[in-house]
Amino acid sequence: MPTQAKGGTRVWQRRERGRQLAIWAGWFFGTFIFLYCFKLISDKTIWFFVTDAGRQAADLGVRMVPPNWSYINELWEPLWDTINIATIGTLLAIVIAVPVAFLAARNTTPSVAVVRPIALLIIVASRSINALIWALLLVAIVGPGVFAGILAIALRSIGFVAKLLYEAIEEIDASQVEAVTATGAGRGQTLTYGIVPQILPAFAGITVFRWDINIRESTVVGLVGAGGIGLELNSQIMELSWTSVSVILLAIIATVVVSEWVSAKVRHAII
Amino acid sequence: MTDVSVALGRRRWKRPPLIANPLLRWGLVVGGAVYLSFALGTTEVNWSRVWEGLPRGKQFLLAFAPPDFVSRWDDILDGLLESLWMTAVSTVIGIVISVPIALGAARNIAPLPVYYFCRAVIAVSRSFQEIILAIFFVKLFGFGPFAGVVTLSLATIGFFAKLLAEDIEDMDAAQAEAVRATGGGWFQWLNYGIQPQVLPRFIGLSLYRLDINLRESAVVGIVGGGGIGATLNTAFDRYEFDSAAAILIVIIAIVMGLEYTSGHVRRWVQ
Amino acid sequence: MDANASMLRLERLVKRYPTGDLALKGVDLEVPRGQVMALIGPSGAGKSTLIRCVNRLVEPTSGRIYLGGEELTRLGMSGLRRARRRMGMIFQEYALVERLTVMENVLSGRLGYVGFWRSFLRKFPQSDIDEAFRLLERVGLDQMVDKRADALSGGQRQRVGICRALIQNPQLLLVDEPTASLDPKTSRQIMRLICELCAERDLAAVINIHDVMLAQMFAQRIVGLRLGEVVYDGPADGLTAEVLTDIYGEEDWSATIQKDEGAAAEEDAGEPAAAETLRPDERMAGLT
Repeated sequence: MPTQAKGGTRVWQRRERGRQLAIWAGWFFGTFIFLYCFKLISDKTIWFFVTDAGRQAADLGVRMVPPNWSYINELWEPLWDTINIATIGTLLAIVIAVPVAFLAARNTTPSVAVVRPIALLIIVASRSINALIWALLLVAIVGPGVFAGILAIALRSIGFVAKLLYEAIEEIDASQVEAVTATGAGRGQTLTYGIVPQILPAFAGITVFRWDINIRESTVVGLVGAGGIGLELNSQIMELSWTSVSVILLAIIATVVVSEWVSAKVRHAII
Repeated sequence: MTDVSVALGRRRWKRPPLIANPLLRWGLVVGGAVYLSFALGTTEVNWSRVWEGLPRGKQFLLAFAPPDFVSRWDDILDGLLESLWMTAVSTVIGIVISVPIALGAARNIAPLPVYYFCRAVIAVSRSFQEIILAIFFVKLFGFGPFAGVVTLSLATIGFFAKLLAEDIEDMDAAQAEAVRATGGGWFQWLNYGIQPQVLPRFIGLSLYRLDINLRESAVVGIVGGGGIGATLNTAFDRYEFDSAAAILIVIIAIVMGLEYTSGHVRRWVQ
Repeated sequence: MDANASMLRLERLVKRYPTGDLALKGVDLEVPRGQVMALIGPSGAGKSTLIRCVNRLVEPTSGRIYLGGEELTRLGMSGLRRARRRMGMIFQEYALVERLTVMENVLSGRLGYVGFWRSFLRKFPQSDIDEAFRLLERVGLDQMVDKRADALSGGQRQRVGICRALIQNPQLLLVDEPTASLDPKTSRQIMRLICELCAERDLAAVINIHDVMLAQMFAQRIVGLRLGEVVYDGPADGLTAEVLTDIYGEEDWSATIQKDEGAAAEEDAGEPAAAETLRPDERMAGLT
């Protein structure tokens, strides 16, 4: 107890002495780790570049204006590709993620011992690996282009959609499912009448949310050759044509803002 | 439901459609179909190249059994440790900077000018994908982990400040009001009225961001920002799928481990 | 300051919210030292706004507020902090910081007296700790010191809220619907506790209360508020059917008044058996 009697008066402390010491030690240890890590990074850093960065940034800024507006006409196609990568990738991910989610949810999986761990492994593997790494891999396998981008986005999104969806399935109201089962419904009927109506709003929300994220991600998969506007960005940076780079960046911002607006509207409409 | 069917003594029922307005409903369906056909039509897929690549895909999958940890172990270990340092440092820096910004971006406690300023900071740091930021920071700070740390810290600010601000906006105003009524100062008010309410979320978000930063630290390396990404990039370039598989397994294992610990920590905090 | 001087004085107090709602239309009020005053009125009458204007959790639009001769409406930030120390507030729904312990919640009443670092490290002066223990013993919670506030029942939480207000060593208690979420028996216990403590410490109190019967039972003086104006100000037994109609609007009040007298008599005798079956809040529910 943090309260103790000391010679007639009762003393109160927030925590017991041992616990308090442990917490101080934790802070000390954490600070030490942070400083140590920082030192290791600092050793690998050429500080001259860092101190020079302000001037560099100013220099770069000057070279990026005025944006080369006429270049925008060459961007429509990559932008269209970018949006397609995100949209088709999301659709593809959903097709795979929905069954995986049902297999992973504790209350719908056919077997907790065998099927569920496999489904969870698929989810974790997909989630742990960034879309850009998937893109690297897929460019090596299926060759550069939009197709690799779509697959990369899809593979990354499966885990995300399936995880959120299976959590939603696990949180459903069991009594509603029970009521449907009690009418004598079969497995499939229970699914469509008892479970699907309950998770539909969550499902729609997750889909739109992921689509929004995928728009951002699809702007970069091109950096490793997987199509879309990232491809242009990479080549313009290589050519050091900074006025075109600034147009690309503005185009990306505009796309992201629009997609955020669309997803906010759709989510609002669902709720 | 029409008058005729009622007159006949039979009433038909059809499930009401999700979108009541028929014009909008069919518009969406047709629009979606047209978009999809266009999108699929303009997506060029070089099927012969895909076909050629399939053996390589098979090779990649086979590489997982067994993965090759040995031949590039030094590179893997170096890259991995660097990723871990970057994760730790950038998460701490990002969170430390995020806290004041989150306070400023919470509508219920910040005055309007401060609110707009902090929201603008958040919007700016969220508008670009980490990798694009990384490209520019590598240009400015040179190759190596420092550029990666700056990138991840900035990304952390956008994420953390936004979500923490939302949690502060959702808190129970009565508890904070009660502390203010005792005559405490502003910092005391934060410490007694707000901190206890947002602490569980704060810790949960910190762990979540640690997890994200670790995963992201694996990709900033691809554009020169240090960490395991560079090693992974080399492995793919040389088609050394067995080493790549080893790296991916390590990343997945660490992410799983983090997720497991953070689940425990979160339960302990509650 | 002599004993009969007013503790709290409001002059032409007006509050207009940014939405345009006029919550208080020039209220004049005076509460002498040691008086327990109940503020009754329908929802939206401005009771809550009035109490919050006093310690300026809500900024009044115009008018003056004096606490023991000091004008509160002119104070700057630090002056306001010092003034708030002298006014303890007890909240509807308790408003304890739920994730802090009972002791931390009580000690948070001392925040106006200790510096930031002391409060941050929870190193309060021993005299504050002693006083906290004394108060918790007084309300019967000395065994709960290290429980978290969200582990307590409603009545227990409100007792902690009372301790938090009293440890400020206030001259005035501002009490906002203390019984709104409590059952009838606990409501009476809490009201009795507040009134006893006010008597012990010679405190003035302004109590917002929904429940007319409880108000009549415990307060020496009742002020009725309607649409931001004082429509009744007098002793508890002056609440006639006409007065209640003035405050709340048309309704059959005979039952309320009669039963009140019965219940008040019983209250002196001991257990409020009648009140348990009466459910005063149910009776009032139709009004709001």
